[in-house]
Amino acid sequence: MEIIVCIKRVPKTAEADLVIDKTERDIEKEGLVFDINEWDNYAVEEAILLKEKYGGTVTAISMGPEEVNETLRRALAMGADQAIRLTDPGFEGSDGYAIARVLSRAINPLAYDLVLTGVQAEDDGYGQVGPTLAELLGIRHVAIVNQIEGIENGRARVHRELEGGLDEVIDLELPAVLTIQTGINEPRYVSIIGIRKVAQKEIKVLGLQDLGMKLEEAGEPGSMTVVEKVFFPPVGEGAQMLEGTMDEISDKVIAILKEKGGVA
Amino acid sequence: MDAIFVLVEHRQGAIRDITFEMLMKGKQLCEKTGNPLTAVLLGNDVGAMAEELKDRANRVILIEDQKLENFNSEAYQQVLGNLVEQEKPSLLLMGHTAFGMDLAPGLAVQMNAPLATDCIDVMMEDDRVKATRQTYGGKLNVEVRLKPAQCSMVTLRPASFSVADYSLGGEITRVTSPLTEEIPSKRFLEYVEAAAGEVDITQTEILVSVGRGIKDPENIPMVQELADSLGAALSCSRPVVDKKWLPKDRQVGTSGKTVKPKVYIAIGISGAFQHAAGMKGSGTIIAINRDPKAPIFNIAHFGIVGDLFKIVPALKGKIGEVLA
Ligand SMILES: Cc1cc2nc3c(=O)[nH]c(=O)nc-3n(C[C@H](O)[C@H](O)[C@H](O)COP(=O)(O)OP(=O)(O)OC[C@H]3O[C@@H](n4cnc5c(N)ncnc54)[C@H](O)[C@@H]3O)c2cc1C
Ligand SMILES: Nc1ncnc2c1ncn2[C@@H]1O[C@H](COP(=O)(O)O)[C@@H](O)[C@H]1O
Repeated sequence: MEIIVCIKRVPKTAEADLVIDKTERDIEKEGLVFDINEWDNYAVEEAILLKEKYGGTVTAISMGPEEVNETLRRALAMGADQAIRLTDPGFEGSDGYAIARVLSRAINPLAYDLVLTGVQAEDDGYGQVGPTLAELLGIRHVAIVNQIEGIENGRARVHRELEGGLDEVIDLELPAVLTIQTGINEPRYVSIIGIRKVAQKEIKVLGLQDLGMKLEEAGEPGSMTVVEKVFFPPVGEGAQMLEGTMDEISDKVIAILKEKGGVA
Repeated sequence: MDAIFVLVEHRQGAIRDITFEMLMKGKQLCEKTGNPLTAVLLGNDVGAMAEELKDRANRVILIEDQKLENFNSEAYQQVLGNLVEQEKPSLLLMGHTAFGMDLAPGLAVQMNAPLATDCIDVMMEDDRVKATRQTYGGKLNVEVRLKPAQCSMVTLRPASFSVADYSLGGEITRVTSPLTEEIPSKRFLEYVEAAAGEVDITQTEILVSVGRGIKDPENIPMVQELADSLGAALSCSRPVVDKKWLPKDRQVGTSGKTVKPKVYIAIGISGAFQHAAGMKGSGTIIAINRDPKAPIFNIAHFGIVGDLFKIVPALKGKIGEVLA
């Protein structure tokens, strides 16, 4: 089983104070902490579990600047066999479609049975790259996979998550792209020693030319959507903020509970 | 005039809410541009749904085929690709749902159509399509322009538009399915329903709900005690279930449960749309979060900015005193 897993290095912004940059088309990245996209962590783990079950190799691919080496090393430490970094100034500003196009060019010449991606990236949140990649590669896909039951005779039986706790079971032909949902497994812990062990492992680097791509096929020129501007979501009515000492805040909450929640 | 198409989403015999939300938005767009609004309904034996939708659009295109009994992105892609080529709509709207996330990207590539996903608004100005989407878990809005094309595609985030009553008195047009055979490469087998849990979080009047901010499973008892002291049930956001700190039946959100308690207390939950969609309808929402910019504060009625590890124990102590 030859497995490719696409991973993205993203800023962790759940608690960060975002600042819009001068172009007004993006945020300041300086000072943010980056790590592997949450969904991709589950995808890497799933790839390794499949390798442990069916044999074969796992190749991790990431498009991004040199810093994504860190993220690729993390995947290697988890058990991936090879890593490929796709880096070129021409890739900058790619939308979901253009990202998928670059990935497809890198994956196309490789031998693969399965390509795993995350359901979505924490930053852009397109939820688009995996199925787009499948179409560009001319293979099948299933989005939002929360269980891989088994793989037999070139077909996979997978569960796809729908709304409200409902799943559907799909039988599909390989090769295929599966977009992996969080909770599908329990990603293994990666220690600093583990990462140090793979520090010397080669990471293959490919650019626009290596992929035989033209400038207009990637980045903003190769994108289907263009960011005009970014802004903070209007707050609307917003919440009424409860302030004061812990004691005062607690009293206010209890008053609200009595009034609105029927607490005696 | 190039129509705006809305792909009807239905499952297990029922039209899903997102369909009416998209039609509502579609109608608003059509009022501005003068284009007709068309609902596209694919399925097997769904004539009654077409009747139900008739008033919501100028036209309902109905394509019935046994092979469309259950959603299959490959079958849908073939049928829609065909239809769009014949009918040349200017815009095709789908839900940013499990359905649309599986279908839209592939169809867009096949049709060479620009696609903007997970949008909270869409605009048409002189044939140019613009959309607003959110990034960074709802902390930033992004306005995107779609590349000019014969047909553009936009997937809309569920619960972004409220639905009002209207009637366009539409007509139903039947179109023959172009599918000649089953799709052997991707087959729907069955639905699997989640098992019911011990606690039904949809039935309690107060929910204490905990998110990733709780950091460690060892801290769960702290919020459980708060819930107990209020006679509330404990619910949570998805990461808490993914990490197996609480069972799946406690999860609130699009892929969990939709809840409408009198009071919902969100503790250490950022307020991603998949979570918000499951609890927006609560009577009173109180959010505790140390990030003043957390999107949860945009939907909460009351907010407390601060460390949950200080606030929760203080609150619990006070409730013990007052309600004892
Ligand atoms: C197809 C799909 C379906 C999904 N379905 C669901 C669903 O049904 N339900 C759901 O919840 N999610 C769902 N998600 C996931 C969703 O996108 C978010 O990832 C998730 O809701 C985030 O959970 P969270 O708010 O607990 O965590 P985070 O976004 O990480 O937020 C944690 C919050 O805790 C705060 N915090 C941290 N420490 C403290 C402290 N000491 N004191 C106070 N505050 C603190 C932080 O400021 C932050 O706002 C789904 C995603 C996809 C793609
Ligand atoms: N720059 C990238 N490099 C590698 N994989 C990516 C990249 N961007 C997105 N992906 C993959 O596509 C998935 C979905 O991303 P998105 O469609 O942007 O939400 C991610 O979880 C990754 O698996």
